[in-house]
Amino acid sequence: MYGWQRWVFSAALCAPRGLALSLLESAMPAAKPAPPIGAAWRAWERVELALDALFGARGNPLRHLGALGFLFFWVLLATGLYLYALYESTTDGAYRSVDALSATLIGATVRSLHRYAADGFVAVTVLHLARELFAGRFTGARWFAWVTGVILLWLLYASGIGGYWLPGDQLAQWSLTATAEWLDALPLAGLSIVRNFLSGGQMTDRFYALLAFLHVAIPLTLLFGMWLHIQRVTRPDVRPSRALTLGTLAMLIALSLVKPATSMAPPDYGALPAAVPVDWFLLFVHPLMDATSPAALWGMAALVTLLLGALPWVVRVRREPVALVDPANCNGCGRCFADCPFGAVVVEPRTDGRRGAGLARVLPELCVSCGICAGACPSSTPFRSVAELVTGIDMPQLSLAEMRAALERSLADLEGGPRIIVFGCDRAADVRALARPDTGVISLLCIGQLPPSFIDFALRGGADGVLVTGCAEDGCYYRHGNTWTAQRIAGEREPHLRVSVPRARVRVAWAAAVELGRLGAEIEAFRSALAKLPPAQRAVRRKRKEVALG
Amino acid sequence: MRNVLRYAAQVLLYVAFGVALGYFSSYPVFRVLAPGQALVRLSFSHGAQPIGPCRERTAEELAKLAPNMRVKLVCPRERAPVKVEVEMDGKPLYQVTAAPAGLKHDGVSTVYRRLPVPAGKHTFKARLADGPDGEFKYVAEQAVDLPPGKVLVIDFNVGKGGFVFVE
Repeated sequence: MYGWQRWVFSAALCAPRGLALSLLESAMPAAKPAPPIGAAWRAWERVELALDALFGARGNPLRHLGALGFLFFWVLLATGLYLYALYESTTDGAYRSVDALSATLIGATVRSLHRYAADGFVAVTVLHLARELFAGRFTGARWFAWVTGVILLWLLYASGIGGYWLPGDQLAQWSLTATAEWLDALPLAGLSIVRNFLSGGQMTDRFYALLAFLHVAIPLTLLFGMWLHIQRVTRPDVRPSRALTLGTLAMLIALSLVKPATSMAPPDYGALPAAVPVDWFLLFVHPLMDATSPAALWGMAALVTLLLGALPWVVRVRREPVALVDPANCNGCGRCFADCPFGAVVVEPRTDGRRGAGLARVLPELCVSCGICAGACPSSTPFRSVAELVTGIDMPQLSLAEMRAALERSLADLEGGPRIIVFGCDRAADVRALARPDTGVISLLCIGQLPPSFIDFALRGGADGVLVTGCAEDGCYYRHGNTWTAQRIAGEREPHLRVSVPRARVRVAWAAAVELGRLGAEIEAFRSALAKLPPAQRAVRRKRKEVALG
Repeated sequence: MRNVLRYAAQVLLYVAFGVALGYFSSYPVFRVLAPGQALVRLSFSHGAQPIGPCRERTAEELAKLAPNMRVKLVCPRERAPVKVEVEMDGKPLYQVTAAPAGLKHDGVSTVYRRLPVPAGKHTFKARLADGPDGEFKYVAEQAVDLPPGKVLVIDFNVGKGGFVFVE
C-alpha cells in the first residue's frame, strides 16, 4: 500500500468518528472491555465449540450472527423489490394483489421468503445481542456499535411490524389497531389514532400508499443504521461463508415451499377473528400489550432500551492504557494501521523531520488495548541489540521489553524435555495454569500481540518447540488477533515468521477459555511429536541460561 | 463416514432452525377474545363546554388593553372534563371522566376503551356530560344482538345527534 493510500484510508476511517456523536466521546466509557459474564458466556462458548465441530468455524452460524443478519436483509431487499412491483397500494388492491401473487408458486415462495427472512433477521439479531452481551463486548471503544445496535432494534421491529400491515387482511387490521392503541397511550395532544381503524371508511388509498412508503423508508433507514453500526470496526463480518449462505438460503426456500405464508380473510370491522396466527418473532408485542396495558408496554420498551443503551456506562471497568507510538522507532509502514481491528491507528505525514513515510498515531477513544498493533510492528523483534528494547508502537502494561524479559526468564527456567514455550492470551484458555518445569508460558493481552520473531527467538534460545494459542478460530475477543497471528506464522502476512524456522517445532492450537483441558492435551501431543525430532539448539539455551543466571 | 455424519447433523440443525422459524411465525395462535365473548369499543373525541360562562369586560378592563385587543366578550379557555357512563342491561359497564387535552386544558377529551362482554342480546345505555355542571345532556339506549367475536363501536358525534352505535 502506498503512503497516500494509507492516508486516504486513515481519513476515511476517521470521518465517521468525527461524524458520529463527538459529544458522546467526551463521556466515553472505560476502554478496558468488561469481563465476560461468567457462566452465561462459558455455556455459550461450549455450544459454539460444539457447532464448530459440525460446521467448522467459518460455517458456524453462532460465530457469524451479524453476517447472517446482513444476509437476511439482502434476502428481504431482493424479495421486497419483487413484491413491491406486484403490490397495489390501494384499499381494494392491497388484499387482492397479495392474494393474487400468493396464488402462484413463484409469488407465494417469494412472499414466504420475505416473511421468513424477516423472522430469521429478528432471531439472529437477538442472538447477536445476547452473544455480545455475554462476552462483555460492549464497553470501551465498542460502546458505539453497542448503542447503535440497540437503536437498530427499534428500526428492525418498525420495519417488520409495518410489513404485516401491507396485505390488508384481518391480521393487518388487528396489528394496525393494536399499534394505534399503543401509540395513543402517548400524550399526543388528544389525538386518537385508533379511531381511524374502527371502521373501514377511514382506510383510503392514500393510507395504503403511506404504509407502502413507510415499509420502504424504514428498512432503508435500518440499512443506513447497519452501515453506521459497523463503522468503528475494520473488516466487519458482513458476509457469511459460502457454506453458511447456501445452507441458510436452502433452509429458507425449503421452509417457504413447505409452509408458504398466507393471508387471513379480508378485514371485517364488525367482528374480530377468533384466533390470530401471531408471528411471535415480530408481533409478540401485541399479545404482551393485551396482557398488560399500552402504558405498561411503553414502560417495558423504554426500560429495556435504556438499560441496554446505558450498559457501557453502567458496567464500568478499569481503563487500561492504550497503545503508545515511539516516533523514533516508527517509520510509518502502516502495518499497525492495517491490522488494528478497531481503526484506532492512523498514519499521518511526518512533521518531526525524521526519515520515514509517515508516523502512526493512536486514537485513544477507539483503542481497546489489545496490543495487536505491537505484534504488527516490524520493529517489534527481540533480536534487536539496543540498550533498551523499544518498538514503534507498544503497550505500556506489557511492553515488548517485558515480553522479551519474560521469555528469557522462562527459557532459563526450563528443565527436562522436550521443552516447550507456550504463548497464550488473557482472553482464551489460561495458559498460566499449564506451566511446568518443561513448559514455560507467557500470556499476552491478545495473541495478536505476539511478533512472530519471538517464536524464532524462543527456539534459538533453547526451546524444543513453541506452541501458540489464543481464542477459538473466528472467536477472537479482539476480532482478528488469532487470524493475523496464524497468517503471520504461515508467511501470509507481515511481519511473517522467518522461513528458516523449522515448522515441525511450531504448533498453533486455538483454545477458548473453556478448553483448558484440551489445550493441555494438545501440549502433550506436541511434546510427544517433539520427542521424535532430533535435539534442538540446547547449547544456545544453556548459554542463555548461564547469562540469565549471571 | 465421519463427514457424512457431519453433513447429516448440519442438515438436521438447519431443519431445526427452519422448523422453529416456521412454527413461531404463526403458532401458537393468539385468541383476541375469550370464547363466547364479544367486544364493545367505546371511542370518541369530543370538545366539551368551556369551564365557566362568558362575561363582558368592564370599561376599565377594556381601556387597559391595546386598541386592537378590545373584545368585549371574554370566555374562559379551559374546557370542562367529559363524563361518560355506559350501562349494559341496567348494570354499570364502564364510566370515565376524561380531562381535556393540552397544556391549557383547552383541547378535546378523548376516550378509547375495549370492553369485552359476554356474547348475546344486550341493551346498552350511554350518558355523556360535557358541561361544568356535570349534567348528562346526551343519553342514548340501544338493544344489540352480539354474537361471539362481534364488535360494537359506541361513538359520540354532536353533529349526528350524540351517541352512535355502530355494529
